[in-house]
Amino acid sequence: MNEQHQTLWQFMSGQSDKLFSQTLQHVGLTFISLILAIIIGLPLGLLIARKRKLSGMILGIAGVLQTIPSIALLGFMIPVLGIGAKPAIVALLIYALLPIIRNTYTGIIGIDLPVKEAARAMGMSKRQVLLKVELPLAMPVILAGIRTATVINVGVATLASFIAAGGLGEFIFGGISLNNTNMILAGAIPAALLAIILDAVLSLIQNMDIRKLRKVLYILPIVILLLGGFYILPSAYGASLTAGFTPEFMGRQDGDLGLKSVYGLKIHTIVISDAVMYKAAYAKELDVISGYSTDGRLKAFDLKILKDDKNIFPPYYAAPIVRDEALKQFPDLEKTLNLLAGKITDSIMTDLNYRTDYLHQQPERVAKDFLISKGLYKAPKSGHQGTVRIGSKIFGEQYILAEIYSMLIKGYTAYDVATKTGLGGTKICFDALLNNQIDFYPEYTGTGLLVLLQPNPKVAKEMAQDKEKTYRYVSAAFEKKFKIKWLKPIGFNNSYALMMRQKQSKELNVNSITDLKNYLDKN
Amino acid sequence: MIELKEISKKFGDTQAVKQVSFSVAKAETLVLLGASGCGKTTTLKMVNRLIEPDSGQILINKQDIIAQNPDVLRRGIGYVMQNIGLFPHYTIAGNIALVPKLLRWDKAKIKSRTQELIKKLHLPESILAMYPHELSGGQQQRVGLARALITDPPVLLMDEPFGALDNVTRTSIQKEFKALEELKRKTIVMVTHDVQEAFELADRICLMDKGEVVQIGTPKELLYHPINDVVKNFLAGQRLVLEFKVTNIQDIWYYLPEGIVYHEETVNADLSIWEAMELLRNKDRSELFVCGAGKIVKSINFEQLTKGFNQYQNAQQHE
Repeated sequence: MNEQHQTLWQFMSGQSDKLFSQTLQHVGLTFISLILAIIIGLPLGLLIARKRKLSGMILGIAGVLQTIPSIALLGFMIPVLGIGAKPAIVALLIYALLPIIRNTYTGIIGIDLPVKEAARAMGMSKRQVLLKVELPLAMPVILAGIRTATVINVGVATLASFIAAGGLGEFIFGGISLNNTNMILAGAIPAALLAIILDAVLSLIQNMDIRKLRKVLYILPIVILLLGGFYILPSAYGASLTAGFTPEFMGRQDGDLGLKSVYGLKIHTIVISDAVMYKAAYAKELDVISGYSTDGRLKAFDLKILKDDKNIFPPYYAAPIVRDEALKQFPDLEKTLNLLAGKITDSIMTDLNYRTDYLHQQPERVAKDFLISKGLYKAPKSGHQGTVRIGSKIFGEQYILAEIYSMLIKGYTAYDVATKTGLGGTKICFDALLNNQIDFYPEYTGTGLLVLLQPNPKVAKEMAQDKEKTYRYVSAAFEKKFKIKWLKPIGFNNSYALMMRQKQSKELNVNSITDLKNYLDKN
Repeated sequence: MIELKEISKKFGDTQAVKQVSFSVAKAETLVLLGASGCGKTTTLKMVNRLIEPDSGQILINKQDIIAQNPDVLRRGIGYVMQNIGLFPHYTIAGNIALVPKLLRWDKAKIKSRTQELIKKLHLPESILAMYPHELSGGQQQRVGLARALITDPPVLLMDEPFGALDNVTRTSIQKEFKALEELKRKTIVMVTHDVQEAFELADRICLMDKGEVVQIGTPKELLYHPINDVVKNFLAGQRLVLEFKVTNIQDIWYYLPEGIVYHEETVNADLSIWEAMELLRNKDRSELFVCGAGKIVKSINFEQLTKGFNQYQNAQQHE
C-alpha cells in the first residue's frame, strides 16, 4: 500500500544504492560490449572496404544477427555461455556490430578518389594511407556508427536483467511485474537519460573540427575502457548456494521480502527471467529458484519444491477475470467459461505444462487433447455474434488456458475469439483488461490480492492462509473497485514455491525453507 | 631522362595503351595530348607505377622503375592532378609538408622551403594555417603544385593540372607556370586534352589516339607537318589560334615594315604573334616596339602584324 503513495523521488532516494549500482552495471555492460564491437567491427569494415566482394556477405550476416529479437538471442546464449554477464555482453556486441561495420565501410569507400590517389602518388605506403588518410577522413562516419551502436546498446542492455546480468532492466521489469510505476520509472528514466546523454556527447565529438577531434580520439578509447570497467562482475560472494529469483518475486511480500522477514533467509541472489530460470537451475548455474508449483518444468528438470513451513506463499487459485461490460455484451460467456470450473487439478495442470514446456507440444494440441479427454470438446461453430478477446500472460500455463477457453467459446457459443497472448506481466495484462483491450484473462487469487489490490499487511496476512476467504475478498473488491468479475476457480493452485534440484536437495538434506536457512547459516 | 619502351596495358578487354614508346629529355616538357579515353592518363600513371604496365619497360635515369620500391619511387617524382587531391584534414602547411615528412626532413628545412615556394607561387603566407576548403580553386591548384615541388624532384608528372579551373584562372596560372623558374629545370610529362594548353606549354607534343602514339613532335611540326588526317583534324578547329601561338615575331621579321626606330621600352622578338596581339589589344596601345636580331627595333601596329603574318603564311605554303 505504502509503495503506491510514495513519490518517484522517494522511491529513487530510498533505493539509491541499488539505482547507483544498476546504473554502473548498465553503463559497464554497454561499454564493454561496445569496445568488443569496435575491436571486431572496425577491422571487418576495413576488410570489406578493401575486398568489396565480401561486403555483401558480411553486411548480410551482421544484418541478420541484428534482426534476431533480443530476448530470443539471450535465450540462444544460455546453453553456450550460461547466465550472467557473458551472454549479455555477447548479445549486446552482436547488436552493436552492424552499425560499426557498415559505417566503417561506408566511411572508407566514401573518401574522394583523388585524395586516395594523391596519397598513393605522394609515396605513402598502404599503412600510411590507412592511418593518415583513410581512417581520419572516415572518422566522422565511423563515429556516427559508434554513436548508433551506443544508443542501441543502452536500450538492449535493459534486457540483460533477464539473464541475471543486472542493469537498469531489473527495476523496469520488476516494476512491470509488480504493478509498481515508480519502480518502472526509476529504471526507465535513468536508462533514457543515459541514452540521451551518450548520444549528445558522441554527436558533439562527431561534429568537432579536425583539430580537436584528433585529441579527443586519443582520449576516447581510454574513457570507453574506464566506463566498461564499471561492470565489476558480481563474483565477490563466498556463499555456497546461489538463488535466482524473478524480478517480480524480488519485490513481493510473498516472495523475497517474505523470505527475508519471515524466514530470515540470507542467500546470494541474482535477478533472472522466468523464461531461463529453470534451465539455469538444471544446468547448475543456480541452486535455488522461485518457481510456480504447477510448472511443467518442475517435472522436466527434476526439481523439488521446498516446503513452505511458515506459510508465506498464499494460495494462488486460478480463475478467469472478466470485465462486467463484457459479460453483458456476451451473455453466454460466463456459463461457457465456468464449464472449466474445478476441472483442472494441480497434477493435471503440471502435466499439461510439462507437455508444452518440455515435450514442446503446441498449446492448441494440449488444449484440444485435454478437452476431448474431459468430454468437453465441440467443433467450432464459426460464430458471428461479436468477438471475445482473450488475454494471457507470457508463460506456458496461461497460453494453454487461453487456448482451452478459446475452444470452449468457439464450440459452445456463437462468438468468435481473438487471443492476445503473451502480455508481458501482471501489470500489462491487467492494464489491458482495465482499458478494454481484452475481455478476460486467467488470474490468480494471490496475485489479485497482493499485487493488484495491495491491502494493508494485516489484511493480507489474514487472507493469505485461506483459499475461500481470499477468493471472496478479491471477488468483492474487484467488483467494487474495477467492475471486474472473478468467475469460478479452475481448480488448481499455482502458488509460488522455492525449488532445488532433487539430487542436491537429498545431498544437503534440505526439504523445507527452514532447512535451507539452517543449511545456509551453517555454511 | 624518362624512356618508355613499348608499353601496353589492358583493362579487361579494352586495350587502353598499345605499344607506346617515347623519351623525354632532361628539362624538357612533353605533353600527352588526346581526346578522353585515348590512354594518355593511363600512360602517365604508369610512369610512377600508380598503374602497372602489362608489358614494356620504363626507365627513369636509365634505371628500370620495376626494380624500385613503388613508394620510394613516387616520393622522388612530383605529381600534380586534375582534382588536386589535397587532404581535407590537413592544413595547407601540412599538405605541402607531406612528402618531406615521409622523407624525414627536419622541421626547419621544411619550413624555409615551404615559405620559399609559396612566395614563388604568389600565395599569401596566411593560407598555411588554413584548410583546403577555405581556399579558391586557383589557390588550391597552386598548393597542389607546391606539394609536388617541395622536394625539388627532377621529374614532374601532371595530369590535367589546370582542368578543374575556370578559363580566366586557368590562363593566368598557365602564364605563371610558364614563367616559373623552378619548372624550367624539370623534366615534365603533362597530360591534357586542351590543344591550346598543349601548344602553350609543350616543348614537344605526343598526340595519342585509341591507346597509340600518332605523332610526336614540336607544336610547329604537328601544325605544319601533320603525319596524317587524325593529327590534322585534331588541330583543325583551332588552327588559326595555334598558328598565332607557334609563330613568333622573329619568324615574320622579314615581312614587317623597315622603320628602324630607337625606343626605350621594347619587347623581345621571341614573343608569339598571339601574345603580341594580346598586348596590342589589352593595353590600348597602338604600337609595339620589338627588338629583334642585331638589336634592331621595329615598331608595329595591329594591321602590320596581321599583314606580316599573312605574308609569312603564304610563303610557308608555297615553300
